[in-house]
Amino acid sequence: MSQAVLEVRGVTKSYGDVQVLRGIDLAVREHEAIALIGASGSGKSTLLRCIDLLDDIDDGDVFLDGEVITDPACEPVQVRRRLGMVFQAFNLFPHMTILENVALAPERAHGVDRTEARERGRELLARFGLAGREDEYPDRLSGGQQQRVALVRALATRPRALLLDEITSALDPELVGEVLSLVRDLKAEGMTMLIATHEMGFAREVANEVCFLHDGQIIERGDPERMFTAPEREETQRFLRRLLDARRL
Amino acid sequence: MTTVPVDRRAARELARRRKARRGTLIAVVSSVVVLGGLAAIVLTSSGWPAVKSTFFSWSAFKTSFPDILKAFWIDVKLFIAVEAVVLVLGLVIALVRTTRAPAAFPLRLLSTLWVDILRGVPTILVVYLIGFGIPALQLSGLPTDPVVLGGIALAMSYSAYVAEVYRAGIDSVHPSQRAAALAVGLTQTQTMRRVVLPQAVRRVLAPLLNDFISLQKDVALVSVLGPLEAFRVAQINAAENFNYTPLIAAALLYLAVTVPLARILDRMQARSRSITSGTMPL
Repeated sequence: MSQAVLEVRGVTKSYGDVQVLRGIDLAVREHEAIALIGASGSGKSTLLRCIDLLDDIDDGDVFLDGEVITDPACEPVQVRRRLGMVFQAFNLFPHMTILENVALAPERAHGVDRTEARERGRELLARFGLAGREDEYPDRLSGGQQQRVALVRALATRPRALLLDEITSALDPELVGEVLSLVRDLKAEGMTMLIATHEMGFAREVANEVCFLHDGQIIERGDPERMFTAPEREETQRFLRRLLDARRL
Repeated sequence: MTTVPVDRRAARELARRRKARRGTLIAVVSSVVVLGGLAAIVLTSSGWPAVKSTFFSWSAFKTSFPDILKAFWIDVKLFIAVEAVVLVLGLVIALVRTTRAPAAFPLRLLSTLWVDILRGVPTILVVYLIGFGIPALQLSGLPTDPVVLGGIALAMSYSAYVAEVYRAGIDSVHPSQRAAALAVGLTQTQTMRRVVLPQAVRRVLAPLLNDFISLQKDVALVSVLGPLEAFRVAQINAAENFNYTPLIAAALLYLAVTVPLARILDRMQARSRSITSGTMPL
């Protein structure tokens, strides 16, 4: 099998006395989407933040295209430029227009000429149904539109892989669909993705593999169909049943 | 079942207008009674003629005002120059205090000391110390002009306040903004310059302007060093004629600058409220 785009080996992380990650092993191959599921506080967000080097890990290693990126000698800025990340709360820059949000990184982090960065930003926004909103400020947009802009912003730097951190959790239910359909398109285009999500139907449909995180460990993983229809671990069953009770499945 | 359409709009509108009219009437009547009453008490009191000739003498005002106005230019120029220095110096101090780079440790220590000391010492003491102390060294190359020295002292004192205002603004930008900026591949410096600072400065415009207003009147402290600025000229005039009207004239000049600034501040605060409530783009 080909080399993984992202590989996580034995990663541990604690905040003070709380151990958030207790030895995570994970690989995302080219064009694959891996879904991370699990209760809030199970460590999904922390894992994504650690991969994007926004948080330091305690032990283990993360590899990007076979190259270790968690080495203390590694320049985090260079690594982050090769990855894209989208956050639960969008985190758009409120003082910039939509187009400025999207064109900022290509121009400042990748040295793309200003006019070209803007032109490309315009094209990307149009492709994801945001034409005509370029000069508006983020707070004029609906949550779904803001999250789509955040996705475009992450894509604008042509990342090797996308890290999606519960990107629909802050949205009103009727806005979830427009964001997920965009991710579906990206998957069809072959984008490599690691997706932390609470949308089980979506994970089942899009993911090549589903990993269930519990207490900082991936305690069960496998084919989405099997994970959702015949989970083996009792914790997984209990988690899915709770979601079912909350009518999220 | 049929509903009977009832047009209550006209009646409501009428009631609303009646209430508004009544409100205006009450405000007018109570203002006339309260303010008019106060004026009557003051103007009919036995001491009023003395107060009037001491503080509000038209002839004393006429003779002193041109000199005070001319001297006030020193205040205005000094205010603008010091404010420009303070805005830059305060920002530099705030940035030094918020960096975590180990190499900046001595600078961070110095800027913390700077802020602690200069914020804790009366401004007039700093003006004295710099204004009389520096010339006393009799070193060549140092400024001796009292206006310049006074300006330096004010800039030192106010840079400490303004640095704290900037720092509060920087701290108020949510860490998720920083994370997002780093995640798209910006460096720490770019993150500060492009994402954190623009938001921080917008948020502290009102408190910055507040310090502007304080500085504009504290410029008068430079008078202790002797330059003939508005307050000092007014003081001299007052002492010569045993009449305090010149001081009132100087007060009016300071007010002519601070009151418009205060109104701008009010408007900016109203604006920033509408920004945070999400009805207006930043």
